[in-house]
Amino acid sequence: MAELIKTATRDAYGKALVELGKQNDKIIVLDADLSTATKTGMFKSEFPERFFNTGIAECNMICIAGGLSTLGYTVFASSFAMFTAGRAFEQVRNTLGYPHLNVKIGATHAGISVGEDGASHQCCEDIALMRTIPGMVIINPADDIEARAAVFAAADYDGPVYLRFGRLALPRIFDEDYQFNIGKAVKLCEGKDVTIIATGLMVNEAINAREILLNSGIEAAVLNIHTIKPIDREAVISAAKETGAIVTAEEHSIVGGLGGAVAEVVCENFPVPVLKVGVNDVFGRSGPGDEMLHIFGLDAANIVEKAKLAFRMK
Amino acid sequence: MDSIVKKQLKVKACKVRIGIIEAVYSAKSGHPGGSLSIADILTYLYFHQMKIDPQNPKWEDRDRLVLSKGHVAPALYSVLAQKGFIDIEILKTLRKSDSILQGHPSMKLTPGVDMSTGSLGQGLSVAVGMALGAKIGGKGFRTYAILGDGEIQEGQIWEATMFASAKGLDSLTAVVDNNNLQIDGTIVEVNSPYPIPEKFKAFGWNVIEIFAHSFDEIDAAFKAASEFKGKPTAIIAKSIKGKGVSFMENNYKWHGTAPNTEQYEQAIRELNAELAELEA
Repeated sequence: MAELIKTATRDAYGKALVELGKQNDKIIVLDADLSTATKTGMFKSEFPERFFNTGIAECNMICIAGGLSTLGYTVFASSFAMFTAGRAFEQVRNTLGYPHLNVKIGATHAGISVGEDGASHQCCEDIALMRTIPGMVIINPADDIEARAAVFAAADYDGPVYLRFGRLALPRIFDEDYQFNIGKAVKLCEGKDVTIIATGLMVNEAINAREILLNSGIEAAVLNIHTIKPIDREAVISAAKETGAIVTAEEHSIVGGLGGAVAEVVCENFPVPVLKVGVNDVFGRSGPGDEMLHIFGLDAANIVEKAKLAFRMK
Repeated sequence: MDSIVKKQLKVKACKVRIGIIEAVYSAKSGHPGGSLSIADILTYLYFHQMKIDPQNPKWEDRDRLVLSKGHVAPALYSVLAQKGFIDIEILKTLRKSDSILQGHPSMKLTPGVDMSTGSLGQGLSVAVGMALGAKIGGKGFRTYAILGDGEIQEGQIWEATMFASAKGLDSLTAVVDNNNLQIDGTIVEVNSPYPIPEKFKAFGWNVIEIFAHSFDEIDAAFKAASEFKGKPTAIIAKSIKGKGVSFMENNYKWHGTAPNTEQYEQAIRELNAELAELEA
């Protein structure tokens, strides 16, 4: 039944900003001329006096957001992941991260599923980049319900947050009463043989992979890690202890993302095999987003292969 | 400008310069040249222009200052010490482990620092955010950004400049410390940003040109900037890098070098002599 509802997390972001704006007049939204695509245009329509298009100047936008936040505003600054985490990395690091300012980066069009725009816009490095900034919170929601919850949680948190949203419409996974806590992983399925730790749109693929694995007699647990930093260390260590093998799944480079974060925790606490599903350190290319996911191995079939391999490595 | 006030400012500025030399000498590193070139303007702002309260550094309605050329932190620290935000003795801890005085300003560690800076080109955008916030929040405070003339080679400065005029942020004043020198030589030799006034005018700013070491000109410029409506103001301040210490003046080698003991003693001698003359 839940499969019937498909919404892009960027749409949920736009709607949540409007909801938030109604409750809190200290919310300000900035965008670097992509408000139609990032969906901050919804906020602009509702609260034009609290919305600013800084023009095509993302580094400037990030620092303006920093300046506004020092006055007590909660600022959401939006553009594509490529141009916030990527282009404006050093501004995020020095002007937001170092003084721990209360700015939320609403980064949309993350990952390879951007599709037709091609490699220049398919940002698969943002999680890795943001992870290196001390005190940065990174949230990568799996569906529209979680995206909405993440926006509200980010607004309640005092400090910089990187919110990662996608372009593609995704099936809804969670119920309306879903409880979201920053830094708290969500166990979606129990299993004893291997744990699939997934984030973002790969959570749904992980659930599908679990069903396929049952046919081979493998019972996989599925853990949703929406907050990649700070990562839920306890949940990751428990997964290593309980199932003895882990597969990570993310729409991001295999370098420095969820897979790296999980491997770091596992290596230092309870070493077991950790295999990674992600973009294999290559640039993307143009084509429909759905097709890109399959071409680059970001699907249930690849998770199944990796899970079988991890299971055999135990 | 009133002659008594002017004399008081000159005395303060000389003490600020002594603090800069003490701090940089003690740290054995830092940026004396650009600190000395901006010393008069920072002294003027903190002692004669800005609405601030050393007892309440986070006062909501205070005027803000963003030291976009963050490497001249010794100048800001020395002014903050003279103004009573921090103890003067702390200046000697500059750049040392456990000091509240980082090599570049940290708003989290030093009372009176409104923004953490150091990476050139970003501070003006932050100041724009503050001025924008003042406008939408109906606040009356003013925001000042201190830029280097080499710093305006950074492209983001012009992103900020464009946006500030597009939004008519007249509570914002940017100062360009035009000492003509950057690390590797003159700004003309490296990558000339001249003509600076024309560039700011072309980006829609009100522009005032002054000599950075004349309190009369400084006073007139900031008063005019406060009264100007509809546009942000850029004060292009022709300055002398290393001003006040004879052997440091107009020598780019003093951009980022600390004096040795002999040089330190000579610098302090010169500044003390100037102070004695002013106070005579």
